[in-house]
Amino acid sequence: MRLTCPLCGPRDRREFYYYGAEDYLNRPDAGAPGSAWDDYLHNRDNPAGMTRDLWYHEQGCAQWLIVTRNTVTHAVTAVDLVAGRQGAAT
Amino acid sequence: MRYSGWKVFAEGLRGNKGWKPAWRDPAPKAEYDAIIIGGGGHGLSTAYYLAKNHGITNVAVLEKGWLGGGNVGRNTTIVRANYFLPGNSEFYSHSLKLWEGLERDLNYNVMHSQRGLVNLFHSDGQRDAFARRGNAMINQGDDAILLDREGVRELLPYLDFDNTRFPIHGGLLHPRGGTARHDAVAWGYARAADRRGVDLIQNCEVTGIDIENGRIRGVQTTRGAIRAGKVGIVVAGRSGQVAAMAGMRLPIESHILQAFVTEGLKPVIDHVISFGMGHFYISQSDKGGLVFGGDLDFYASYAARGNLPMVEHVMEAGMTLMPMIGRARVLRSWGGIMDMSPDGSPIIDKTHVEGLFLDCGWNYGGFKAVPASGWCMAHLMATGESHEVAKRFRLDRFATGHLLDEEGTGSQHNLH
Repeated sequence: MRLTCPLCGPRDRREFYYYGAEDYLNRPDAGAPGSAWDDYLHNRDNPAGMTRDLWYHEQGCAQWLIVTRNTVTHAVTAVDLVAGRQGAAT
Repeated sequence: MRYSGWKVFAEGLRGNKGWKPAWRDPAPKAEYDAIIIGGGGHGLSTAYYLAKNHGITNVAVLEKGWLGGGNVGRNTTIVRANYFLPGNSEFYSHSLKLWEGLERDLNYNVMHSQRGLVNLFHSDGQRDAFARRGNAMINQGDDAILLDREGVRELLPYLDFDNTRFPIHGGLLHPRGGTARHDAVAWGYARAADRRGVDLIQNCEVTGIDIENGRIRGVQTTRGAIRAGKVGIVVAGRSGQVAAMAGMRLPIESHILQAFVTEGLKPVIDHVISFGMGHFYISQSDKGGLVFGGDLDFYASYAARGNLPMVEHVMEAGMTLMPMIGRARVLRSWGGIMDMSPDGSPIIDKTHVEGLFLDCGWNYGGFKAVPASGWCMAHLMATGESHEVAKRFRLDRFATGHLLDEEGTGSQHNLH
């Protein structure tokens, strides 16, 4: 399995650290109720099919990536920088 | 038909013409008292104990494929009760006791073999942790023996004791641990449940869950609608999809875990050996194949097959521990879809829908739990109350903070 890092090109899976579903980008406000934090930290759609999840290019450019891939076939369709997404902090 | 040595002998004389199918193949009825979604180990044992312990026999097990075609037929068959945390310890202890009477109870040979399990340690700190774990096991009423280096050498002389990275300092021996024939466990429970009147319905995929005013009414399936006042979801890696039919989002992420088996060899490994520092464990099946595995591939997956980096890692760990297996040829490898919970422990609980129950989150340890999981899930479905040994397997524990983090690594999906 390889991921094509937008900065480094196609790299071996072992260079990347898997963090989890894209949900981790939607952090609740500090004052949000406990249920919102529980949902954010633990509950998942866990799709069989297309998913978007977060990987960290630990042994490469040290960028956080959003990987669009299929959990049934392992096909990877897109790898984007978290820093590049709309509304990201600049 | 009851199985016995006499029966085998008599059938041998009659040319084996008297054997009958081990269970019926019924068409689904319009209504049952209880439906179990999922015909794997846990679902079949739930149905069996509903019938046996609670007298609820008007039960259907709905299986989208064939009985025992999921993780119960795709694991490394280890049975043990070496847990530490209150909440886990009594549950797995209960399960091991059920294993020890299982063959007589089911009238089925599940080839349960208490060959002993050794967890190796490689440092003083690890020795202390294992001593503590062993004491917890003994306090629970189970067995544990702390072995020093020479004690391990006596049992397992073929390990590489001179390894410089992970020198073997000793091991924790759990004599009642061992293995069982995994398919036979599913078949034994299926046959025993069928004999008590449970309908086992294969090729019947649940496509919807009917809920009215917060109460369960039944399920929609590829073989029509089926009504029931109680429904249990026991679908392991597919928990997320089935629970979504009831409007639920679960604290479950499905991951891939690989395992491997070699060609058949003469008996060489008598125990189950666990090499935690290398994420490697191994035993030898009764057919002679070395059965071994490692850790997760560590990304969400439903592919039921893994990737090569983990294959390489497992082989390296095996060679590190026991160089003698280097010339054994790997016959096949496979992957299971693990229902990973954030803290690595399971869930047996009610849901927000009255009459809908959930049994999931077995991570990579579901096989040994098959008897107690069914026992406790049946208790919950029949009485509406959690069983004493499963009362901490709550769905809301991630919100309340009552975690069961056996590994002590944290409550996060990518850590277990």
